[in-house]
Amino acid sequence: MRANDPKKVSGELFTLTYGSLVAQLLKDYENVDDVNRQLERMGYNIGMRLIEDFLARANPGRCYDLRDTADKIQQAFKLYLGVSPSIGSWSPGGDEFSVVMETNPMAEFVELPEHCLGLRYSNILTGVIRGACEMVQLEVMAWFIADQLKGDNMTEIRVKFVKRLEDAIPAGED
Amino acid sequence: MSSNKQRPSILDKSLSRGKSEVSITAYALLFSEMVQYSHNRVQSVSDLHNKLSELGERVGVRMVELLFVRERNYKRETKLLNVLLFVKGTLWKSLFNKEADKLDRATDDERTFYLIEKEALVNRFISVPRDKSSINCAAFMAGVIQAVLNCTGFPAKVTALWHKGTTFMIKFDDAVLIRDKQLEGR
Repeated sequence: MRANDPKKVSGELFTLTYGSLVAQLLKDYENVDDVNRQLERMGYNIGMRLIEDFLARANPGRCYDLRDTADKIQQAFKLYLGVSPSIGSWSPGGDEFSVVMETNPMAEFVELPEHCLGLRYSNILTGVIRGACEMVQLEVMAWFIADQLKGDNMTEIRVKFVKRLEDAIPAGED
Repeated sequence: MSSNKQRPSILDKSLSRGKSEVSITAYALLFSEMVQYSHNRVQSVSDLHNKLSELGERVGVRMVELLFVRERNYKRETKLLNVLLFVKGTLWKSLFNKEADKLDRATDDERTFYLIEKEALVNRFISVPRDKSSINCAAFMAGVIQAVLNCTGFPAKVTALWHKGTTFMIKFDDAVLIRDKQLEGR
């Protein structure tokens, strides 16, 4: 039995709970694209709340460029999922990078059946990245470009900087 | 689409040793989204409990296989009390890193048992609005227990109640009690 860290829960409980969610979505929605979309949206909601926990816990300080952001994302993966992805494949313009995982904790015990090959099983993660970044005034796009569940060597998420978000001025003020 | 790539077969990988951990925040946020998702698709509290229970059942089914292969050396339980102790001990420790707080038998009904957990993990981050106070998201855990019992051959109905923290009321089918008595008579 592992030492009782109140801030941690069993990875298997997490993995199986997530799997149950994906199974439920596959049951509720007719096609796989809708499931992908729903997962991304749920991830977005989670990301918006997760960022506050991250800011409070890790006290990371301001990011001055995208490399800082990538660093923080890497930190967050370690803090929340217990994995250490690598950051790489920077685009020449420095506005795109990859988060590469050798093991994906969300996909433990998972095998994709023939009829679900279009499913982006861990798509919730792309939403988490998008939602978290948006809350710190950064608009990004995140998507999977490789998935071990589909036979690739690594599981890889591509993150692209879109634009900095200005604080929205409340209606009625100038 | 990479359909010509060899997709890994899950059976070729070695079985996880169960030591991985994630942050409780990650779990709490995931669970919260699942509750909200379910909540948006139901009309009543009991429907919500059913949805959450269904989500938990998928976890329970897989935990049975995992635990009996990994920790019980493929030996299944045949006695009622032992399967309950399995739930209270091995299952709870694997999922929640602790044993369940208490196991009781109903005094007025020999088919009914109570598994008590003072602070159910899934409820720790959920605050229930006063006007919907009967909502108990531990219905998810009730589903886990129910699936475990159904899959080990001890069919039962499990519900989560607000009592002494969270009490899981486990009601076995008559056939289970009859069979267990016969086993003891041997």
